[in-house]
Amino acid sequence: MTGFLSESSFFAAALTLLLWRLASLMQEKTRSPFLNPILLSAGGVIAVLLVLGIPNSAYQRGMQPFSYLMTPATVCLALPLYEQVRILGRNLPAIIAGVVCGVLTSLLCIGALCLLFRLEPAVAVSLLPKSVTTAIGVPLSEGRGGLGSVTAAAIIVTGIIGNTAGPLLCRIFGIRDPVAQGTAFGTASHVIGTAGAGKMGAVQGAVGSLSLVVAGVLTAVLFPAAAAFFL
Amino acid sequence: MKYLYQTGIILLVTFLGEVLARVVPFPVPAAVWGLTLLFTLLCLRVIRPGQIGDSARFLLLLLPVLFVSPTVNLMDQGQALGRILPQAALIVVLSTLLTFPVSGRVTQFLRKRTGKEDDE
Repeated sequence: MTGFLSESSFFAAALTLLLWRLASLMQEKTRSPFLNPILLSAGGVIAVLLVLGIPNSAYQRGMQPFSYLMTPATVCLALPLYEQVRILGRNLPAIIAGVVCGVLTSLLCIGALCLLFRLEPAVAVSLLPKSVTTAIGVPLSEGRGGLGSVTAAAIIVTGIIGNTAGPLLCRIFGIRDPVAQGTAFGTASHVIGTAGAGKMGAVQGAVGSLSLVVAGVLTAVLFPAAAAFFL
Repeated sequence: MKYLYQTGIILLVTFLGEVLARVVPFPVPAAVWGLTLLFTLLCLRVIRPGQIGDSARFLLLLLPVLFVSPTVNLMDQGQALGRILPQAALIVVLSTLLTFPVSGRVTQFLRKRTGKEDDE
């Protein structure tokens, strides 16, 4: 049976979508930021794979058709962006200033730490675009000789940190304004973080998706210069 | 019918993004071109929100789910990174913990200063 499940074209996707549903219901019930659906469903998938003895490579192969949707789904972020730009109009300058400062902080901080740890250029290039969503960060990294798998992993961890620790960070740093909270989530932790911001309120979710788009575009523009420093 | 047409428009814009990424000699990913193009077409009213809305909302709902398989993939990443794993992990955590408050505080400061904080 393990052999059949490993070869199946549909087992991986069915398992993932149904575990996602279960994880979302669990979070709705408990309202705990630490039970975020991505982490929970991934944990569930890993448990099922280990119990049934299915290799991760087989699961990844089964999910391939879904990864195809990553780019079109990211393109669709233009729709909420369009709808929000009018509503958020007068707040735009403050949001964009926050995003610009955040993107610069992220690039400078990663660059400085890579130099400090004397990491090889390929690793530095892989880590630099880790604050933006996968469909933007991975091609940026690969285009300059980075390792796509390292970038993808760093992007996921970044998103999960923002998603789970975001509400706590808002409290620690006294970020009480909903618009500022949304900017922080979107800039620092892209799509995954913004999913957490949406749970704090509609304003946070809307500003978050606007910020993650602006941060993604800005990072794409600034990345070649940052990467050139290491190459 | 409606879903097919809407998905067709979204995939066409994504494809044009792919073309731009290939043609323009500046390393901007297809997703950024596609997103910018779709936003511009919406602003110019070439595409109206109703022409893509239902399919776009479905894809946006799916977007976070697409991160589950790369998260599962993290289990095999430990060995790939090898001896630089602690440094890489530290960089990811520290830069995120720094970026978050910087962007949030800057926006909050500017909103307070211009006195827009209360008219939500």
